[in-house]
Amino acid sequence: MALSRDEVLKVGTLSRIRLTDEEVERFAGQLSSILDYVDKLKELDTRGVEPLAHALPIHNVLRDDEPRPGLDPQKAVGGAPDSTDTLFRVPRVIDDGSSA
Amino acid sequence: MDVTDLTACRMRDALRARDLSAADAAEACIEAIDRLNPKVKAFLSTDAPRARRRAAEIDKRLDAGEDVGLLAGVPVAVKDNMCTDDGQPTTCASRILQNWRAPYNAHVVERLLAEGAVIVGKTNLDEFAMGSSTENSGFEATRNPWDLDRVPGGSSGGSAAAVAARMTPIALGSDTGGSIRQPAALCGVVGMKPTYGRVSRYGLVAFASSLDQIGPFGRTVEDAALLLQATAGHDERDSTSVSETDEPVPDYLATLDEPVAPLRIGLPREFFGEGLDPEVERAVRDALAVYEGLGAELVDVDLPHSTDYAIATYYIVATSEASSNLARYDGVHYGHRSSDHTDMIDMYMRTREEGFGDEVKRRIMLGTYALSAGYYDAYYKKALQVRRLIRRDFDEAFETVDCIMGPTSPTAAFRMGEKTADPLTMYLSDVYTASANLAAIAGISVPCGFTEAGLPVGLQILSGVFTEERLLRIARMYERETDWASRAPPVCEGAS
Amino acid sequence: MSGARLIPTIGMEVHLHLATRTKMFCACAVEYDAPPNSRVCPVCLGMPGVLPVMNKRAVELAIRMALALGGTIPDFAQWDRKHYYYPDLPKNYQISEYDQPLGVGGYLDVPLDGKTFRVGIIRVHLEEDAGKLMHAEDGNYSVVDLNRTGTPLLEVVSEPDIHSAAQARAYGEALRQLAVYLGVGDCNMELGQMRCEPNISLKIGEGPDGTPRYTPISEIKNLNSFRAVERAVAFEIARHREEYEDDPDGYTLEHLGKSTRGWLDDREQTFLQRSKEEAHDYRYLPEPDLVPVVPDRKWVDEVRAALPELPETRRRRFVEQYGLPEYDAGVLTADREVADFYEDVVSLHKRKPPTDPNVPKAASNWMMQDVMRVLNEQNIGIGQITIEAGDIAAVSDMVLAGDINRETGSDVLRIAIDTGKSPWQIVQEQDLAQTSDEGELERIVDEVIAENPGPAQDFAEGKDKAVGRLIGMAKKKTGGKANPNVVREILVRKLRG
Repeated sequence: MALSRDEVLKVGTLSRIRLTDEEVERFAGQLSSILDYVDKLKELDTRGVEPLAHALPIHNVLRDDEPRPGLDPQKAVGGAPDSTDTLFRVPRVIDDGSSA
Repeated sequence: MDVTDLTACRMRDALRARDLSAADAAEACIEAIDRLNPKVKAFLSTDAPRARRRAAEIDKRLDAGEDVGLLAGVPVAVKDNMCTDDGQPTTCASRILQNWRAPYNAHVVERLLAEGAVIVGKTNLDEFAMGSSTENSGFEATRNPWDLDRVPGGSSGGSAAAVAARMTPIALGSDTGGSIRQPAALCGVVGMKPTYGRVSRYGLVAFASSLDQIGPFGRTVEDAALLLQATAGHDERDSTSVSETDEPVPDYLATLDEPVAPLRIGLPREFFGEGLDPEVERAVRDALAVYEGLGAELVDVDLPHSTDYAIATYYIVATSEASSNLARYDGVHYGHRSSDHTDMIDMYMRTREEGFGDEVKRRIMLGTYALSAGYYDAYYKKALQVRRLIRRDFDEAFETVDCIMGPTSPTAAFRMGEKTADPLTMYLSDVYTASANLAAIAGISVPCGFTEAGLPVGLQILSGVFTEERLLRIARMYERETDWASRAPPVCEGAS
Repeated sequence: MSGARLIPTIGMEVHLHLATRTKMFCACAVEYDAPPNSRVCPVCLGMPGVLPVMNKRAVELAIRMALALGGTIPDFAQWDRKHYYYPDLPKNYQISEYDQPLGVGGYLDVPLDGKTFRVGIIRVHLEEDAGKLMHAEDGNYSVVDLNRTGTPLLEVVSEPDIHSAAQARAYGEALRQLAVYLGVGDCNMELGQMRCEPNISLKIGEGPDGTPRYTPISEIKNLNSFRAVERAVAFEIARHREEYEDDPDGYTLEHLGKSTRGWLDDREQTFLQRSKEEAHDYRYLPEPDLVPVVPDRKWVDEVRAALPELPETRRRRFVEQYGLPEYDAGVLTADREVADFYEDVVSLHKRKPPTDPNVPKAASNWMMQDVMRVLNEQNIGIGQITIEAGDIAAVSDMVLAGDINRETGSDVLRIAIDTGKSPWQIVQEQDLAQTSDEGELERIVDEVIAENPGPAQDFAEGKDKAVGRLIGMAKKKTGGKANPNVVREILVRKLRG
């Protein structure tokens, strides 16, 4: 399963990771060989096999609707690279409503 | 008496009897860390003054006759992907969290503190727990205490090396595809991955949410049992942690020395196939002979999906979940933010370019690809189907045997840089361990010998879900007949 | 195919904030107007290492809504992660339900212009809300408040059974009313507690193989009022029609797919936000940190049994049971507590039997004229009014029995509200009882006829309107207490005999 340069760039953007030309080239090769490896799953007949999404048969873990104190604003934003006293701050967003 | 030669259990006894003070125990570890860490590079951060203050406080309470807890005064190290709200950073060995201080403690850290432990530092790991050699750490590569030119294994290489080099008697690690068991084997210590859901993941920085588990490192099975006892149990903050009613936590130490008899041991053909180093195989077979000598029966079992297919499954499931779990590292709310960017999207892209290492980038991209439109069925869904087949293999096997044994790792510790050229080569280090995570079952690695070159070999024992009590007893049976734990790595001898 | 009949085909996606005390996946309080980032914790901040835990009440309210819509609750519901990057979404994924939601199917009967139309419901599911991104005073930055992150949202997705802008609005209003009735949420659109996203296209007709053909679909966001919903849908219907007529071959769903458009309220038009090519790849993943919801059948039955009478059912019942006009029934059932109060007033009448048809009509008038006026004046809800349903029934009883007249009744009600005294007490104290004594009234009427020869003559000659003035004079002479019905009878007897 050989990944083209364009596909690597597309995945990079979807992953929000900027890639240099050298990285695109290198990762294209490495990712392609990994994808070749994982393709061996195609050898297995899985018709009728239910996917195993959850490791244990636990259901219905529900919490009572009781409020508890959280972090105060200074602690909440304190670890941020940029903030005001109480708000996170980011470069101006050109608002299309979603998906930066 | 060199305090650092004591196991955690012996330290605990001495502390309780007041033959040893918590201050002295902590000091011994602090000294060992000062002396050995520059060579071994197991710790990313330590806070000696804080540890001393804590030890003094524990001493006061012990002197007053208080029952301070299971780990009263015992030093512990914590892998740096578990949140500690104590002034030390929680970095996950990544530049993207280089200076981040967690405003809360992980559940297991709360447990350690409640049981009186003295946390001596945060240990190194492969970045975000992605790796099998700790060479992917964003800061430095940890060395194997048995041979400083070789890797300690990964991703919990720092915790394994810290325990092996006697810088701390016990340590916590995390295991997603073998990240406790494999470094335990390569460093000649005991390392255990509990059943998924046995220990709370709240505060463990997620790599692959359906596979991650926190587990203990110790030089002995008893020490691993002690640390498991202190950390196991339900946590209402982790919806995937099993309830007390469904699976109460037994007293692991109380029954530890009771052998399991009769004992039927399953040997999968798949664990003894191509790629297994002959010296590793010999040490493992010698260990199996010891079990036979104790009356155990060795039975052939089949795990047809557990090796290559398990690796393939693992590298789809784990990377898919990782791509999702690591999406949050974007420089907005915490961690590193790129200072050189044109707009919001560019900021995200450059922040992650700068903050993540190559292996993390590869896995994120792989996972993103596997989940992307049009590929979900072919990759992720398919992998989850094979996962069910893997689970069935174990369910069927455990109907006829009490446990499954084999080598933990196909090779002993390899040289630094030996497997970094091709990611796939590194991935195959997990060939015997990853299936246990996919099936959610319990597993342990115990030292079972050394190669000619003096490198440790580990025996892996796997057993069904929530059978840790019996698994520990089985491991203890072998340990009692041998004495591998008493050998210390060369780095511990000699001056600093 | 120009000249073809183009049928607006509209489906609605509505998001409702649930009336829970805490967030969907953590125990932070849900509070509007809290200072920025003061209702947050490591979990809703999406910090490294945190895990979500489901809010039981949110699940219960979702089940309640799904059942009230006549839907079914599947045996198994699962959470999924929906991935996209935005500064108000700290984990860069939203926990939602993708293909196995909590509620499936159902319908809503919507009243409009004296009729009802039915809108099918595809599904009901839960998800968490994002935070708020705002622009800083300094133009180079935006700022983020994550208080709202994690607030439980219920999403209701309808079938494309809506065919006009008016219907779209009516559907939104009916859905809101249902949610408020059920106590599921306050759903105030202006406060952002309810968001309507219509999906609009026009059905072009049928293709050669009989399958329906459509123009592209546009999804409209950023609608902050029902009025905006109606205007936006009307705008889109017209826009789609224009585009199609310009290019009947190319302007189809196959070619152009679905796009997202925003609404500009001040300009009353939509603008393109995202085309089909730019659509998100959400990379849905079953949420590994949450276990599935397997609703216990007993629990579901309990929720179903506890459902209150639904607004549309109640409205119809008021028409049938109480003989009320459609309009009155609609007004009285708009608010569940008002409807409850009304029914209390009806049942607390003591002097007329419950089946007397005058009672519900009288009670309705008291509610719609007097009580509603007070609620508006004092800007309160029915729960805060300072009079009991029984007291209103008592006043109504007195008027129906002729003890006092209607205007006096209004006054008594007002005084009761202001002073808290019982109506009986007020009537006694102020001697407001109406005079029905025939003898006395005969004497009064004689005086009135003598003093008002003009109107008396008009009335005698058949001009009914003149009686009003004569009754008014009689009331004036008796300090308002003359029973107007008795006075009228006497006037008829004397002047038209």
